[in-house]
Amino acid sequence: MPENIKDKGVSCVHLTAARFKVYTGRRVVGEEEIDLKPLALFVPEPEFRPGDMPDFSGLELPKAGETRRPPTDAKAEDIRDLAYTIIRVMRRDGEALGPWGDLLDHDEALRGLKNMMTVRAYDARMQMAQRQGKTSFYIQCLGEEAIACAFQHALEKGDMNFPTYRQQGLLISAGYPILDMMNQVYSNAKDPLRGRQLPIMYSSKEHGFFSISGNLATQFVQAVGWAMASAIKGDTRIAAGWIGDGSTAESDFHSALVFASTYRAPVVLNIVNNQWAISTFQGIARGGAATFAARGHGFGIPALRVDGNDYLAVYAVSKWAIERARKGLGPTLIEHVTYRAGAHSTSDDPSAYRPKSESEEWPLGDPIERLKTYLIKVGAWSEERHVQTKAEIEAEIMALQKQAEKSGTLHTGDGPSPKEMFEDVFKDTPLHLRRQRQASGV
Amino acid sequence: MSRMTMIEAIRNAQHVAMSRDEDVVVYGEDVGYFGGVFRCTQGLQEAFGPSRCFDSPINESGIIGTAIGMAAYGLRPCVEIQFADYMYPGYDQLTQEAARIRYRSNGDFTTPMTVRMPTGGGIYGGQTHSQSPEALFAHVCGLKTVLPSNPYDAKGLLIAAIEDDDPVIFLEPKRLYNGPFDGHHDRPVTPWSKDDLGEVPEDYYTIPLGKAAIRRPGTDVTILAYGTMVYVALAAVKETGIDAEIIDLRTILPLDIETIEASVRRTGRCLILHEATRTCGFGAELMAQVQEQCFYHLEAPISRVTGWDTPYPHAQEWHYFPGPKRVSAALCEIMEG
Ligand SMILES: Cc1ncc(C[n+]2csc(CCOP(=O)(O)OP(=O)(O)O)c2C)c(N)n1
Ligand SMILES: [Mg+2]
Repeated sequence: MPENIKDKGVSCVHLTAARFKVYTGRRVVGEEEIDLKPLALFVPEPEFRPGDMPDFSGLELPKAGETRRPPTDAKAEDIRDLAYTIIRVMRRDGEALGPWGDLLDHDEALRGLKNMMTVRAYDARMQMAQRQGKTSFYIQCLGEEAIACAFQHALEKGDMNFPTYRQQGLLISAGYPILDMMNQVYSNAKDPLRGRQLPIMYSSKEHGFFSISGNLATQFVQAVGWAMASAIKGDTRIAAGWIGDGSTAESDFHSALVFASTYRAPVVLNIVNNQWAISTFQGIARGGAATFAARGHGFGIPALRVDGNDYLAVYAVSKWAIERARKGLGPTLIEHVTYRAGAHSTSDDPSAYRPKSESEEWPLGDPIERLKTYLIKVGAWSEERHVQTKAEIEAEIMALQKQAEKSGTLHTGDGPSPKEMFEDVFKDTPLHLRRQRQASGV
Repeated sequence: MSRMTMIEAIRNAQHVAMSRDEDVVVYGEDVGYFGGVFRCTQGLQEAFGPSRCFDSPINESGIIGTAIGMAAYGLRPCVEIQFADYMYPGYDQLTQEAARIRYRSNGDFTTPMTVRMPTGGGIYGGQTHSQSPEALFAHVCGLKTVLPSNPYDAKGLLIAAIEDDDPVIFLEPKRLYNGPFDGHHDRPVTPWSKDDLGEVPEDYYTIPLGKAAIRRPGTDVTILAYGTMVYVALAAVKETGIDAEIIDLRTILPLDIETIEASVRRTGRCLILHEATRTCGFGAELMAQVQEQCFYHLEAPISRVTGWDTPYPHAQEWHYFPGPKRVSAALCEIMEG
């Protein structure tokens, strides 16, 4: 058995090679004779595993309002510090501070709050529906609602998102009908995607939401291509790419950065760092001490790191980056720092790999609670109205769910026709597929 | 001997291989601490330490590329791609690199490495958790492709794959992980504990790559199948009463053509099954070889039942999956031929 030296954050094992020579011991290297010590593989480990008491007091959090706000035409090299800090607007007590904090009026902030509450209520119902066997699979975005909702808030109609499976907030904030989302999740007779796609893999050009792929990171570089097209045609629309912390390891992430940087594409590249990629902590994708945002620097892309649970901060930073893109100043990389409060998906149980209380200990708080506290503080909202609105939203979602279920669920009702399976493989169905469809009896 | 699921057999195979050979290392996405999303590597990090079993970044090209580097050094990496559907970013490393390094370096460098990946549908996984890409590997010179159908074979074949001096693609039919599945999705599932092929020795053994197994001897027609389709074939044979010989290919490359030839020459008929799409599927190759080798013994046209040439749909899963009804119909038709 190998000798195992395990420390917090470091685990290494000295592996003795059995079949071949290893070059250790006293050897001549250049002109000197030195003692060569065996190398050891470094494998990063998260700070806390099940059974540990998570403690984030060591995490350096800048104070709300502390971070400067450069002009949108700032050069990447002049704002390098912004890739290492966390831009925050709202304090825990609801006070909004600093140069990033003055962009949304109260009505608009309230709209954001309601959108986030709608996303959460929708997620809860669909998660439950999966548990009840009404669909095969579901992914919620619990704790990350501010990111997609606030980003969409800053976009204009016509702009295009290339999302991952955790950005349902983009669709809901863009006014996509929740009934259609439910029909898609149920793969029922009214499913806009005709039963072909896994639940939650929505698609809506009209609402600026590119068809979701199950293959991670592919969309990130596609967003850059869409943005390049907008530039080629002299359009004014911009694109937004989305990717998770874990998926930044994929080659497509780097492809996106180099194309975006080279052609100064009008694109905002969003990394949602929710600390986890299924069971794998962000340290496996991050590499050393750099932040995800700092990846932009090597490509000369301005990069900002923002408190992803702070609606006002996400909105302000998104607005800044979107404005840059629309003015033809090129791409921006945004790292949204957040925490995946729920399981990865309905197929996952996080208690196997992280402490149960880690989510509560996470220092950035809950995005809905935080915006609510702010709105109450400024006198635009109250605890009573919040409770009432929550009940109204939940009732509305329930009513929509009932309506969706009238068109069936995955295992009940007629569902989309098996014929649909053969359509849209091509624009015109070729002979071999027509024959296969006939042979299948539909 | 103990009863194992296919997951336990695969886990046990890696444990045995890692215990016998310090040069075997295991990694992939979520493979280390957690033990894999299908739990096929559970306990290996605890047993062998994090430098022999660890989590990788989400980068399939990186997983396969680093495995090639390790193999070139002299290790025997056994890496996991979380779903076969996610191997495409690593396809370049596999096909242009791993597959040809022995050839292009005149044997100076070799790539003894195993790439495990769950394959096939039947779990409502939609188009990106259901694919069967075996033909894409078989088409490339220099890769061996293995596809076991039960826990006993999975263990013996996986140890053989890890010990093999060439790169081996090891496809694990995910619908078989917990029990044999014959395509009757509306019936209760049978666990491996109730099946003889769930009986797996704890110790070391291997099953040679490139050897098929006759799952059911018969005289009327030869059925060529692998993975999940072996059980669909068994169900169809039971339902039609046709005395078919069912050959479980186990390894599609190198192909055990001798066993196939001997059987088809005896029965004079051949039905080929796979879940993958039809056009250029591995069935096309099987048809060509059977036709080349057995033409004068054939009493009916060779036929095949496969997935349709469409992406794997979510809601229409059971219209896509080549289940017992379609296989039975093809069996009856071939007997009339
Ligand atoms: C190419 C590819 N490789 C692997 C997977 C399997 N997979 C699905 S989600 C996931 C984790 C992604 O984590 P992250 O990018 O951090 O996004 P999050 O789920 O946290 O939002 C993995 C490994 C996949 N879908 N596609
Ligand atoms: Mg993540």
